[in-house]
Amino acid sequence: MFKYLPHTEEDIKAMLEVVGVNNIEDLFSEIPAELMGQDLDVPFSHSELELQRRFQDLADKNTTLIPFVGAGAYDHYTPSVIRHIIERQEFLTAYTPYQPEISQGTLQYIFEYQSHICELTGMDVSNASMYDGATSTAEAMFMAIGAKKRDKILLSKTVNPNIIEVLKTYARFRNITIDYIDSIDGETSIEDFKQKNSKEYAGIIVQSPNFYGIIENYDGYREVLDETKSLFIMNSDISTLSVLKTPREYGVDIAIGDAQALGIPLGYGGPYIGYLATTKKLMRKMPGRICGVTKDTEGKRAFVLTLQAREQHIRREKANSNICSNQSLLALFVTVYLAVMGKKGLKEAQMNSFNATHYLYEQVTSLEGFDVVFNKEFFKDCVIKTTKDVSKINELLFDKGILGPLDLELFDPTMKNYLLFSATEKRTKKEIDLLVSVLEVA
Amino acid sequence: MYYDRLIFEISNPGRKGYSLPKSEFKEYSLSNNLQRNEEPMLPEVSELEVVRHYTNVSVKNFGIEKGFYPLGSCTMKYNPKINQDLSNMPEFSLHPYAPVKAAQGVLEIYYETQRILSELSGLHTFTLNPYAGAHGELIGLMIIKAYHQKQNDLKRTKIIVPDSAHGTNPATASVAGFDVVEVKSNMDGTVNVDDLKEALNDEIAGIMLTNPNTLGIFEKDILEISSLVHEAGGLLYYDGANLNPLLGLARPGDMGFDIMHINLHKTFSTPHGGGGPGSGPVGVVEHLVEFLPKPVVKKVNNQFDIEFNNDTTIGQISHFYGNIGVVLKAYSYLLSIGKENFKHIGGLSVLNANYIKESLKDDYLLPIKGICKHEFVFDGLIDKSSHVTTLDVAKRLLDYDVHPPTIYFPLIFKEALMIEPPETESKATIDNFITIMRKVAEEARTNPELVKGAPYNTVVKRLDEATAARNPIVKFRDIES
Repeated sequence: MFKYLPHTEEDIKAMLEVVGVNNIEDLFSEIPAELMGQDLDVPFSHSELELQRRFQDLADKNTTLIPFVGAGAYDHYTPSVIRHIIERQEFLTAYTPYQPEISQGTLQYIFEYQSHICELTGMDVSNASMYDGATSTAEAMFMAIGAKKRDKILLSKTVNPNIIEVLKTYARFRNITIDYIDSIDGETSIEDFKQKNSKEYAGIIVQSPNFYGIIENYDGYREVLDETKSLFIMNSDISTLSVLKTPREYGVDIAIGDAQALGIPLGYGGPYIGYLATTKKLMRKMPGRICGVTKDTEGKRAFVLTLQAREQHIRREKANSNICSNQSLLALFVTVYLAVMGKKGLKEAQMNSFNATHYLYEQVTSLEGFDVVFNKEFFKDCVIKTTKDVSKINELLFDKGILGPLDLELFDPTMKNYLLFSATEKRTKKEIDLLVSVLEVA
Repeated sequence: MYYDRLIFEISNPGRKGYSLPKSEFKEYSLSNNLQRNEEPMLPEVSELEVVRHYTNVSVKNFGIEKGFYPLGSCTMKYNPKINQDLSNMPEFSLHPYAPVKAAQGVLEIYYETQRILSELSGLHTFTLNPYAGAHGELIGLMIIKAYHQKQNDLKRTKIIVPDSAHGTNPATASVAGFDVVEVKSNMDGTVNVDDLKEALNDEIAGIMLTNPNTLGIFEKDILEISSLVHEAGGLLYYDGANLNPLLGLARPGDMGFDIMHINLHKTFSTPHGGGGPGSGPVGVVEHLVEFLPKPVVKKVNNQFDIEFNNDTTIGQISHFYGNIGVVLKAYSYLLSIGKENFKHIGGLSVLNANYIKESLKDDYLLPIKGICKHEFVFDGLIDKSSHVTTLDVAKRLLDYDVHPPTIYFPLIFKEALMIEPPETESKATIDNFITIMRKVAEEARTNPELVKGAPYNTVVKRLDEATAARNPIVKFRDIES
């Protein structure tokens, strides 16, 4: 019949007999006739060879470019072993671990994943993953609103504009008011924050390294928030926390962000993975699944989903989050990445990215027509201003096989001619020098 | 040997599992006060140690390629290998900010996939941006809200959800800022039309339905239901978790549904991945297209483009364009199945379900008689004198290398055992399952203690979940301290 359908004519006949009907159509007799049998305009069945040809044709319509842009999606190196491990059928084809006795594999890697997230953020507890960094920030906002029973939130303007867009969408449908904290010179203004903060706000959401790549220093924020008993929510690309001051060290209550930079391929924007970690105090307000350690009846150590009373399948119509499927296989991906790269490798990859971006910055800002914008410390994204035509620059780079910088005017009309660059440990000196040589003559 | 070591427990200072090229750049400075004080405690292991560790961890899991996985409402069908290979092609791994002219191939897949989903479901346009089924539900309810807001019909703050609904439905309605009106369903989980009439008024924004419902019963009055809801000014949301039996046979759009989501990881075989990544495309009728989340992938003069500027959209709901990697697999699957085969998916999954139901109804209590669709529910064993519960039956099945059905759901039956055998399972596999289920029923009669003590052959036995919740140990440092 068809390779994914094992039934022979004899099988079907024998089964119909047990069911007591004459043919398969009889199994659908209660469906009103006018609903049945539409002629569909869909492709005919492709054999495997035809399918491969079709995909190759489509692949050929894409152009692979060397990226010099990050802005939330970073081209880091992916160790070869990861793909082999995550594609084992035991991990790939399993459902959510609802039967723990035969899901110890999934449960154990979730536990390891949570341990990694806690190590990097310094927080007490992590959930088993969120969809992406933007939706995890929205979930943190809901969590703060729910925990504080206040319906307003402060948001720094230096947060990635895509994350801000997602927050706006989620806030609109829950009647949450978002008020913004100004940025001064590419950084959140603590003065503006002090002035606006009040007991009306559930908390503040900030990001470091921020959208411009600038590493913000949040010393003093905790004290301001303590005066109003509000929550501190910090978004970070988690890979940078191998080097940078942790959310815990700043006194953060909810640490969130994307973990794509832990070697997950760019994949045209997904699947990536969001993380969410918090304090013991807020643990029971956390959305999503959590895995804990327990024992079986024979005293063996084992892993199990725990604190499920918080979850939507029990709380239903009072739920503060509806997340069910998450990004489990990506949680395994980053867990294996962190095992392979380990303590030294993660830091080395991040510092090599830091140094490559700084070399790029030094070279480009020394060119005629390119200038420094913010005199601030940055990590692996940086903003450079140009007097040249931005679209022409990107056309010339495209012709050389390079994905040029992000045009910040697309997000903020006051940022005309501001470019956002990024480099990772995958970029060679030769590639950066090629980029620089194109910019020089643009 | 039972393997329970954690990656942190096989770590040794000085070992490593990676290699990076020597940096060609000088070291630039980074202020000390911006750096963390203490290094994270990450593992230090060799490459083989990593591979062996996760191989040993993996074999503690059950998977579809090991055995039958009749989990109700989850559609655990075979996940074809070719889909995985094609989704891994490096040409598709573009940076999300690649210009559209560099992404025509992947945008064509996005566009074509949404078009085929529209054809199969009878809805006008789909967005593939939602990340999972529950995310799709949330986007769907945001669209319902935006629609009523645009009509300036602000009284509509309530969503009707039948008591047989998936748990995510009421949760989603709450998260989207609606009040939930739960209506009791008929004995067979279908909507009670009289109760529905009673519940409908000018405060109802819409209704969320699964069809066939969680008991595998098709809403035969669906056309009447949809006109009642529409007449009352509400919209109908279709939970696509149970789309599989209708594939290529009947379409939610033709039934009068206005909005739906599809779980690509269920109906379209992209794997479940142990709980994600999924993908939850949302489709709408023509007059709701303006509300779809941005960005929107469009076809203009045979070129594909991404539209960001749109005043009526509910807004952005994902950082970029959704789980594209999952969409690639679904597209591969859609092309493999093709026009000739779609209807066999529905037909054979329904045949499998009815065959199991009829074969086991002398041992297990069948509360809803008659033809089911892709799944059905037993209310535990018929003979309850030995006090063997559904949980016991499920645990005993583990010993026979079968994944248990969904248990204790839907909530309308106390001992619910919900069975969904997808179309990719052969008669031989199903006959073996029937034999095992009968054997467990027999054991429950003759040796109930055996069943109550199960499982015996799994790597761990029944777990102490209460202590885990009382005293949560949720990371390696908690074990150490």
